Amino acid sequence: MKNYLIYFAQSYPNFRRPELESLANLNNFSFDLSHHDESKPFIVVQLENDDQAKKIMDRSILSRGIYELWGQGSNYDELHANIKATSQDKFEVYKKSSFKFDFIGYKGSKSREERVEIIQNFKYLAFEGGVRLKNPDEVFTVLEEYSVSGMEKATTPRNIWFGRQVQLSSRTENVLDKYDLRRRKYIGTTSFDAELSLVTCNIGQVGPGKVCYDPFTGTGSFLVASANFGALPIGSDIDVRMLRGKGKNCNIQANFKQYGTSTQFLDVLTMDFTNNAFRKDFVIDSIVCDPPYGVREGLKVCGAKHPEKAEGRENIVIEGEKAHLRRDFIQPKKPYELSDLLDDLLFFAGERLPIGGRLAFWMPTANDDFQVNLIPQHEQLELLYNLEQEFNKWSRRLLVYVKRDETYKGKTTNGLKSQNIANFRDRYFNGFNDQSK
Amino acid sequence: MKFLTTNFVKCAVKGCQSSTESFPLKYSDCQLVQEEQEYNPEFLVHMLERLDWNAVIQVARDLGNDSLPPTKPDSLDPIMEEDQAVLKDLHTLLVETQIVEGRMTCNNCQHVYHIKNSIPNFLLPPHLC
Ligand SMILES: C[S@@+](CC[C@H](N)C(=O)[O-])C[C@H]1O[C@@H](n2cnc3c(N)ncnc32)[C@H](O)[C@@H]1O
Repeated sequence: MKNYLIYFAQSYPNFRRPELESLANLNNFSFDLSHHDESKPFIVVQLENDDQAKKIMDRSILSRGIYELWGQGSNYDELHANIKATSQDKFEVYKKSSFKFDFIGYKGSKSREERVEIIQNFKYLAFEGGVRLKNPDEVFTVLEEYSVSGMEKATTPRNIWFGRQVQLSSRTENVLDKYDLRRRKYIGTTSFDAELSLVTCNIGQVGPGKVCYDPFTGTGSFLVASANFGALPIGSDIDVRMLRGKGKNCNIQANFKQYGTSTQFLDVLTMDFTNNAFRKDFVIDSIVCDPPYGVREGLKVCGAKHPEKAEGRENIVIEGEKAHLRRDFIQPKKPYELSDLLDDLLFFAGERLPIGGRLAFWMPTANDDFQVNLIPQHEQLELLYNLEQEFNKWSRRLLVYVKRDETYKGKTTNGLKSQNIANFRDRYFNGFNDQSK
Repeated sequence: MKFLTTNFVKCAVKGCQSSTESFPLKYSDCQLVQEEQEYNPEFLVHMLERLDWNAVIQVARDLGNDSLPPTKPDSLDPIMEEDQAVLKDLHTLLVETQIVEGRMTCNNCQHVYHIKNSIPNFLLPPHLC
């Protein structure tokens, strides 16, 4: 085992560990992150080799990079002493490599002149490969952590690490700019933020050549995010207008074209999730979605609102054809409960996912009285993560489940239903009312 | 709707779930277009594993194509030249053939679904929900 330093972004710290654990697991290994401290952007972890480091980092959204650790200290004297004591063997390995030095400062930084001086003090590494600023064989990085108190600018770091850059993350390679909703051809009010949709796909373990299904596609945010990681996305939605978009250059297909992933895109279908048309043995490897909960888009299913009134309508004939079989027939919708829909979703995942396949979805929760037993459970699915994103008056949670084999005996429960939690919509809007008073 | 997608969908009516007649659906009055798409052999190799070949043959026949081999092309290798030809044919059929308009009928309950502007519609009327 070797020491590696991970440098995190300051973004959704409670999602970091699940993201990296999921990426490791997707590559059939695990590593210890139990000492992760959400308030710190640096962590030292142990991995077998660079290959493992690359595998957890190249897809990561919440990290910035990973470095083979050569030494650390709370000042430069300590750092150099530590490098000489622990990493002499590595000097030899990179003796002939071309290289450059890089500096990363958290809450502080060094001036150009200071940097030049710091680099001078690394002379003992005795590298002979020569400095190359463009495409060097190796990048050696000094990472500094400053602590700022009050308004004063910090001048001396509190912790310093030195390491060889192994892999920068997809975040560092600007994936967030690429998927920024402001630059996406087709978006709508329901489009899901780029950063968290990519994180969701990582924790949901979408993977190259695997089918990823979003049953509540809308404008397709999760579909394009999954394709970014090589998945083959397929989506459905009850509202054909969402799937159709606004013309040839402003629809879901246009988004795939924009991101260069058209060749992975499967299809989108108009479908009520609760009356699903996918054949049972069509293999779906992961399910990633943001179910409707009635804030911006009504949660509806097919059916008559007033069955008594609708009775006999199936016999209506127009121009010699049953009305409900005609091309222009509009299937009536009726309201449905979120708790029932989540039940349906878990049941579907329990039935369709392969062993080890994941279901990842977002559930809105009012943060004042959330209890863990509100999270729906299914006997074949193990809840892996329950990650909260807080807003002012409410929060939402990313719930991630994995399908287990028959030896796993979980319990099927539905907290929302058994505790008679009122429609989320009412509570959400009540929240607004409070605010406007 | 890609030709490929016809291989994933059956009748959405609950009573048809267990019927072998509800898959594949019967395709009629279809208007097809060939939409040029970039060729991605890996994609086809992944998809091929998941295809029900008999259904591919049946739907192709509905659409007027009788020339498919009776058994699923198997262990295709994008590097081999003769496999390339098969993969390219599959690409043309599965990925580039779009059903723009048409009817899909369940052979079990006879319900008719429509494909409109390339998007299949599986929403059900109230009495079938
Ligand atoms: C929160 S939005 C998801 C938006 C999507 N993530 C996006 O990128 O735009 C929920 C979607 O579920 C759809 N929906 C509502 N009820 C449905 C049902 N019974 N079956 C399938 N989709 C449904 C709505 O039309 C809406 O597009």
